Amino acid sequence: MKKILILGAGTGGTIMANKLRKVLDREEWDITIVDKHKTHYYQPGFLFIPFGIYNKHDVIKPKADFIPAGVNIIYSDVDKIVGEENKVLLEGGKVLNYDFLIIATGTRVDASETPGLKEELWYKEIFDFYTVEGAVALKEYFETWQGGRLVMNIAELPFKCPVAPLEFVFLADEYFTKAGIRDKVDIIYVTPLPGAFTKPIATKMLGELLNEKNITVVPDFYLESVDNKEKKIKSYDGQEIPFDVLTIVPVNKGDDMIERSGMGDDLNFVPTDKHTLRSEKFENVFVLGDASNIPTSKAGSVVHFAAEVLFENLQCAIKGRELRAKFDGHANCYIETGFGKGSLIDFNYTTEPLPGYYPLPGVGPFGLLKNTKFNHYGKVIFRWIYWHMLLKGKELPVDNEMTMAGKKR
Amino acid sequence: MAQKTIAGVNLEVSDEGYLADQTQWTEEIAKEIAKEENIELTEKHFEIIKFIRENESGLTIRKVGKSGIVDIKGFYDLFPGGPLKISTKIAGINKPSSCV
Repeated sequence: MKKILILGAGTGGTIMANKLRKVLDREEWDITIVDKHKTHYYQPGFLFIPFGIYNKHDVIKPKADFIPAGVNIIYSDVDKIVGEENKVLLEGGKVLNYDFLIIATGTRVDASETPGLKEELWYKEIFDFYTVEGAVALKEYFETWQGGRLVMNIAELPFKCPVAPLEFVFLADEYFTKAGIRDKVDIIYVTPLPGAFTKPIATKMLGELLNEKNITVVPDFYLESVDNKEKKIKSYDGQEIPFDVLTIVPVNKGDDMIERSGMGDDLNFVPTDKHTLRSEKFENVFVLGDASNIPTSKAGSVVHFAAEVLFENLQCAIKGRELRAKFDGHANCYIETGFGKGSLIDFNYTTEPLPGYYPLPGVGPFGLLKNTKFNHYGKVIFRWIYWHMLLKGKELPVDNEMTMAGKKR
Repeated sequence: MAQKTIAGVNLEVSDEGYLADQTQWTEEIAKEIAKEENIELTEKHFEIIKFIRENESGLTIRKVGKSGIVDIKGFYDLFPGGPLKISTKIAGINKPSSCV
């Protein structure tokens, strides 16, 4: 029996388990997936929790519900990968051998990387919303907040779901407007990037929208530490920004297991061929999604598109053929902009987000870099699509490769 | 792309002043670009420039901070403003792209 081992039963690992089980002969191929947690989180939903739009139960389901029959699931922490010997050691000493390994262990936030972040104000006046615990704690804080300086800061690049902090400040603007205290709330968006976003056209559109909503942007701010006494964030070049409440995207890192395996870069992301998705170190190891160091967004849509490429390439590798599929870095992100509207961006390694329509040229129904009600509906409907179609590896009516049709320069 | 004469050499540079052809880079060119950024290059600067030229792929401020040459604060002190943007321009490599 030949073995495919998948590490991580998040979005990427779950999609691959579903896709592979459908095509690989059960007599010939054993598929095993390993994850330390039993709960699957719908991570795009975390953003809505602080504003009372979703609650905790809207974003969690058992992982086992999405793993198909015929795939073994093991709930355990991974000690390390020994690529030279084609084996993975689990915590407690169990050994799993593989013919092919898929690393899909994602990225996580690590507040301990920044001095002063995880100290006395943590979950009292400093919150993240990239964990369900942080999002719920923030909801409770906002419910009775009287107003003041709300600072949204991104600690380090790259970070998961790069539009989420923007959506957060847009939704905060709406939330405090509706609470009748917007005039008492200053919203400040502090980013290490040179503007609201990385690429010029999207930065302009989003920058104007932030301005319209009276949200201040502080660019080029690289966080050094947090001062809990004076309630300030400090940058390496001596800038200081005071806050009453700080919401933060802490430093993102790959799984510690990657470090223990000696397979990561300085943030534990695995060096990966950005087109074939094969690990740079081992021929029979592939990396899917946030766990890799490929230069595109760390986001569910990317994992979904990349899974198509990996699926094809893994079948080539199984047959000993050259890897045929090439990932283009395709990402597609809804951006909630508040008051029932949303925007949408669609881009890849070489094409920045451009205005236009998606997925049908000239028709949409979604507008690229436009602020519309329909885009917001897209995001709302997506949760259903995620649970019922995407995780199960079903076809969605969008192209895996980015297309220029419908886009205007 | 634009043409620019730096240290007596006619070079092609991007709109933001990054060298189009990395192989044309010399220490003299580095000194000239640094001057435009109001930086007088010291040996320490050149140690960092060497490091970033050798580690262009996946270069981050954090990575330079772990290089053993300077810590992040020291990197800011040597290249004030935007250390990665400025040091890569002086080092004659591509402007680092943020992967967002």
